[in-house]
Amino acid sequence: MNAKTADKVATGVIYAIAASVALVLVAMLAFILARGLPHLSWHFLTGAARSFEAGGGIGVQLFNSFYLLILAMLISFPIALGAAMYLNEYAKPSLFISIIRTAIEVMSSLPSVVVGLFSFLIFVVKFHFGFSILSGAIALTIFNLPILTRSIETSLSQIPNLQREAGAALGLSRFETVIHIILPAAVPSIVTGVVISAGRVFGEAAALIYTAGQSAPTLDFGDWNPFNLASPLSPFRPAETLAVHIWKINSEGIMPDLSAVSAGASAVLIIVVLLFNFSARRLGTLLYKKLTNS
Amino acid sequence: MDLITEKIKKTSLSTKQDRFGKAISISALILIAAIVVLIFGFVITRGMATFTSDKVSVSEFLFGTHWNPSVVNKATGKPDVGALPLITGSLAVTFLAAIIATPFAIGTAVFMTEIAEKRGAKIMQPVIELLVGIPSVVYGVIGLTVVVPAVRSVFGGTGLGILSGTVVLFVMILPTVTSMTVDTLKGVPRHYRESALAIGATRWQMIYKVVLRAATPGILTAIVFGMARAFGEALAVQMVIGNAANMPDSLVSPAATLTSVLTMGIGNTVMGSLQNNVLWSLAMILLLMSLLFNILIRFIGNKGAMK
Repeated sequence: MNAKTADKVATGVIYAIAASVALVLVAMLAFILARGLPHLSWHFLTGAARSFEAGGGIGVQLFNSFYLLILAMLISFPIALGAAMYLNEYAKPSLFISIIRTAIEVMSSLPSVVVGLFSFLIFVVKFHFGFSILSGAIALTIFNLPILTRSIETSLSQIPNLQREAGAALGLSRFETVIHIILPAAVPSIVTGVVISAGRVFGEAAALIYTAGQSAPTLDFGDWNPFNLASPLSPFRPAETLAVHIWKINSEGIMPDLSAVSAGASAVLIIVVLLFNFSARRLGTLLYKKLTNS
Repeated sequence: MDLITEKIKKTSLSTKQDRFGKAISISALILIAAIVVLIFGFVITRGMATFTSDKVSVSEFLFGTHWNPSVVNKATGKPDVGALPLITGSLAVTFLAAIIATPFAIGTAVFMTEIAEKRGAKIMQPVIELLVGIPSVVYGVIGLTVVVPAVRSVFGGTGLGILSGTVVLFVMILPTVTSMTVDTLKGVPRHYRESALAIGATRWQMIYKVVLRAATPGILTAIVFGMARAFGEALAVQMVIGNAANMPDSLVSPAATLTSVLTMGIGNTVMGSLQNNVLWSLAMILLLMSLLFNILIRFIGNKGAMK
């Protein structure tokens, strides 16, 4: 085979590989949506799950997923912001900083099941939080922190140094420069990063099985006092999320309409995650336009 | 006069603010580092209990081929806690998935950077990003409803096993490996390509003999990264592997991995018992393996940095 034919064959093979990868994605999405969409109804989205009979919904699980996501984000965002701020604005190259960077890198590649087990040991067992929203939110925070820190740090590092020099020239302290100049300029890309990581957190299940628990007690949506156990806002109640629910019913579910519930729940999960991914960039661009008047 | 000296010598408001900001942000950083230390500390202390308080020997644990901690083996008088079947299962799915994913990842990355840059950016980039975003339980559901029945109809048996796990993991790590490979290929300097073409190489010769060679360390890093992800993945694998902790003798018979045993077992054991301690030892292996993958990535990165 001469070089020209080899070139043509190789090009063909590469085209085929790329096409097959795209095809796999399209096939998977089509499969999940085609199987799940017919089962979606208002009743399914808001109804309570049933263990032994057909016709159960995913209302509580869906609510739990969003509530856990919001709590986890509320805890992890300030910590990640502070850490990223130090790494990008204050830190000078030193042994200490390189150790911390390594720690963050190691943390981001920890298997999520190990994160879940650690949180189970510390918060569920040692601190007696039990299987609860709180334990789950902390587990998700540990899972989320390294990713979010890195994404915010990248956002901050993209702001040109000119801005920092301008702040210094005006006599602002470094802290004021960061708060009033750098952060506002970085808001669009920080928001993009936050929403993308929210998508990951929303679909996470392994870290939650032994922290937020695998049961979803019925909630009283008329009671918004966070100190009552039946209240949706209570951080001390066990809370099975949508992703955990899908895993649970597929490994040990016994309801007669199992495949329908599983298909519907998977479709909902994937739609929410895709929405997060799509809106991440849109939101960033939109904010950028709003903030810069361009 | 005194007033002015005093004013100058006093810490200014800005300095105070700066100190405040610095203190707050460094405490966040230290918190993160402390969490990492705590995770390692606690998991390793608990994992070592198997060897210290239950007196299981390390070689018995690592190389024993029978895993059944909940039942006392009549012959030896203690439960079987050989983790080799689980370690083998984990390594098998990880390596097989990486071997299958590599050509696909490299092919797609080459397509995106060398062959069709415009279409690559327009079509493949979103495809890869969406694939990264799909949650692992959804991969598990697809594995259970598509891959397992397909394997069953071709090879017979239950369809659950290492082969199904491999297929699911292959699709899961593909986007990670691809996007990291794309980044490496983009980092290959333009004049490498131009020189290759200038001396009469075809595009494929340029890709194969120059670009891919220059990018080899980066591609290796991407593969190790994908393997680290595959090794630690729990639920998707657990759903399709069959959860039978036997020494795997074929790719299509039920097997188990470290993560699948962990997800199934931790809730059913009593803290402090041997059954529980061995599970923590499995978690410790997972943790140490993830550390090993990290060191490997660093080593490749240092050794093969493009000069």
